[in-house]
Amino acid sequence: MEFVLLIFLPIVAALFIPFLFRKIKGIHTGWFVLIVPVVLFIYYTTFIKTTMDGGHALSELQWIPTLGISFVSYLDGLSILFSLLITGIGALVVLYSIFYLDRNKEKLGNFYVYLLLFMSAMLGVVQSDNVISLYLFWELTSISSFLLIGYWFTRDGSRFGALKSMMVTVFGGLMMLGGFVLLGIMGGTFSIRELIAGSSSFAGHEYFTLALVLILLGAFTKSAQFPFYIWLPDAMEAPTPVSAYLHSATMVKAGLYLVARFTPIFAVSEVWIWLVTGIGLLTLFWGSLFAVKQTDLKAILAFSTVSQLGLIMSLLGAGAITFHVDEALFSFAMFAAIFHLINHATFKGSLFMIAGIVDHETGTRDIRKLGGLMSIMPVSFTVAFIGSMSMAGLPPFNGFLSKEMFLQSMLAIRHFELFNFATWGIVFPVVAWIASVFTFIYSVYFVFKTFTGKRKFETLPLEPHEAPVGMLISPVILAMLVVGIFFIPNVVGKWLVKPAVMAIQPYQYSHPSEVEVHVSAWHGFASVELWMTVGIILIGGLLYLSLSKWQKFYGIQPESLSLNGLYDATMTFSEKGMNRISRLYMTGLIRTYLLYIFAFFSITTIAMLFLQDAFVVDMSSFSKISVYGVINAVILLLAVAFVLLSKTRLGAIISLGAVGYSVALFFVIFKAPDLALTQLVIETVSVALFLLAFQRLPKLSDHGETKSNKLVNGIIALGVGVTVTLVALSSHSQKLVASISQYYKDTVETEAGGGNIVNVILVDYRGFDTLFEIAVLAIAGIGVLGMIKLRLARKESTDENK
Amino acid sequence: MKTNDVILQTTTKVIFFIIFLFSIHIFFAGHYTPGGGFVGGLLTTGAIVLLLLAFDLNTVQKALPFNFTIMTAIGLLLALGTAAGSIFFNVPFFTHAFDDFSLPLFGVTSLHTAMVFDAGVFLVVVGAAITIIQSIGGDS
Repeated sequence: MEFVLLIFLPIVAALFIPFLFRKIKGIHTGWFVLIVPVVLFIYYTTFIKTTMDGGHALSELQWIPTLGISFVSYLDGLSILFSLLITGIGALVVLYSIFYLDRNKEKLGNFYVYLLLFMSAMLGVVQSDNVISLYLFWELTSISSFLLIGYWFTRDGSRFGALKSMMVTVFGGLMMLGGFVLLGIMGGTFSIRELIAGSSSFAGHEYFTLALVLILLGAFTKSAQFPFYIWLPDAMEAPTPVSAYLHSATMVKAGLYLVARFTPIFAVSEVWIWLVTGIGLLTLFWGSLFAVKQTDLKAILAFSTVSQLGLIMSLLGAGAITFHVDEALFSFAMFAAIFHLINHATFKGSLFMIAGIVDHETGTRDIRKLGGLMSIMPVSFTVAFIGSMSMAGLPPFNGFLSKEMFLQSMLAIRHFELFNFATWGIVFPVVAWIASVFTFIYSVYFVFKTFTGKRKFETLPLEPHEAPVGMLISPVILAMLVVGIFFIPNVVGKWLVKPAVMAIQPYQYSHPSEVEVHVSAWHGFASVELWMTVGIILIGGLLYLSLSKWQKFYGIQPESLSLNGLYDATMTFSEKGMNRISRLYMTGLIRTYLLYIFAFFSITTIAMLFLQDAFVVDMSSFSKISVYGVINAVILLLAVAFVLLSKTRLGAIISLGAVGYSVALFFVIFKAPDLALTQLVIETVSVALFLLAFQRLPKLSDHGETKSNKLVNGIIALGVGVTVTLVALSSHSQKLVASISQYYKDTVETEAGGGNIVNVILVDYRGFDTLFEIAVLAIAGIGVLGMIKLRLARKESTDENK
Repeated sequence: MKTNDVILQTTTKVIFFIIFLFSIHIFFAGHYTPGGGFVGGLLTTGAIVLLLLAFDLNTVQKALPFNFTIMTAIGLLLALGTAAGSIFFNVPFFTHAFDDFSLPLFGVTSLHTAMVFDAGVFLVVVGAAITIIQSIGGDS
């Protein structure tokens, strides 16, 4: 089966959603949507067997073969892992949304169409082997994310957040496209597999580092790395199922996927390792530090997501070290990255769903108003507790395992001797440890401030109660995974993680079983990681207890000096600046625009004519001047003069008609009856039209023209006249190619079965022109009809705020 | 404003048909002698404009009860259909066919698919031009 087509299954399904939403009232539309991810999830699990053996599956659909662009579904360990995450978490999120979004109040048709669009786009990103189609899907995820964040588009915050995420991620996407094109130039192919295979040949190319940085920009913006993370907290305006799905489990991991996918190409570079590890670690620290500042439940989770993405990013960077040194010490990192990626999807997904439940059942997400919900919402509390403790890195939850591996990898960086890491290596474990302390604090902060402490129900908008069972199914499943993975880490490792690691490090492994990493919870008292974890709990615990004393220091940083302030200032500046520049030349007067057009036309044409030395006059090719010609020319000039001097519109129009008629007479003199006939009739009809239109205009009077205005107009009018004359003379005097008229003469009867070349040109030789011209004419007619007859009823305001 | 336009109206009634018949003639003559669908269409438009000048919009609308917007659409479809028809005979888009046929009354006549296409052009020109004139002229 051509499983590349399955990428498009969600989009195809999306076509039926609006119909189902409108026609079938009794059933929540989500139930129909749920079928898609479930079916895909089951189908993709069948590939695990292949990838566990180190194999891959390939399916291709040609798109633009001449440019080497095609849709390819390349399923190896990494792609399968992501595909399973997308469809698996997708199924849980859809299930959750069925209870979260009300059938009667929400525009479910829109919601599920966007969600399915996203699903297709995301599957395309992780399965594409062709970088151009990867880019296409990549931008499609940005667009669907934009639509989903702006789903409640009547809210200011939603629109702001949607636009912000779009600006940042599309900026990154465009940079990434540049990187892809450079890669295509260097490698001579758009296929990632072929690029990896040939990467050694272009590693020293002058574009190499540039391509690397550009692609990293794409990955960093998408995965909300410092300093681009600012869009993610604002994206929390989206409905919670979307936050759980796009903005924690899948879309923001597209950047991680990209880094992992391109590691075999770029790992050779020092810049890559420094940037990926360094920015990752900085993001980890920054995100965890500012998560504690937040008071909105979803904002805490957003910053925590930023921080966790940074953690995985730094692990991917550290994993690239194995390209240079083949030591067991470093082989941990890549395994830890993928393992933590899975763990993060499970615990963060469940936490987002709990935040949504709290919001849904109490009416607020403000942590200052919440408290003491534990006894009322016991199931939610349990899930939140499991998720948070896993996030904090405590046993017996899966986060503990990957956190230990993370610390171990950061400690190992000290022993890497290339690229100055020996000098700076000590920074990595220290920063990682501090960030982990803050991670512990916000995890505890999130769960305990919400569920324990004093009850403050009187301030809540709604009477709190436990969520309905259907809404709890998805978070409970995820929480069970959180605990389950802790006890069977090596099964998960064998099935999912090792094939993915093999896909990222093909230079090192040829079979997943060669990845010799064994996850265990207990390394003995001598292990440094254990004592680091103990330190995290102790220091973190102390800091949490004294939180109220130092949380206020966050307020010191003024909003205008933050990255958000920078973004706002840039946006305002560019909007106002562009506006100002536009207003410099956009006067709103057609007169001005015509001046630009005609001045530009005559200046460039005359300049080109003389720069290219194209001006030639060949007097011998001119026809003789006849008496009729001279008389006609005099009439023409008189008529033109009358147009200019006329005091009334009527006079001007009629003399314009006279100009047209005398041109028609020239056609008669030069024996072109078809042209003459057409010109005469056109002139008649257009004078009638002008009269109809102009009778509605006010009396001809001056419109504020000054003497200098008139002078400029005169010069430009003269310029256009001179230009046309020169071009006409030159083009008549020299022929670049032989005239086609002989061909017409030869074939008009034999090939076209006609006698009048002019008309045969119209209907046959150049029939396409005529076809499009009458299409344009018809459009113009309908356009006039639409503008005049069917004028839009003037609505009071089309402002979307109202 | 009351105008004395008896002469104009009376002559228009005759001249309209002369122009219209001439436009039909010019349309059919087009493939061999000066003329064609475009000029023919314009001439018909001119004839109708003359009617409009001599009478008024409503009278003309009653005398010629056509929907000119739909006429435009029919013309466009006719032209496109002629062009597209050739693909059913496994020749490239826009390939014309022609041959001589002996017809009763007309004798040996050359028939050409280009004429059908030209008829489309004719209808579009008349339809679009009159649509524009009617909408601008009828707006108040």
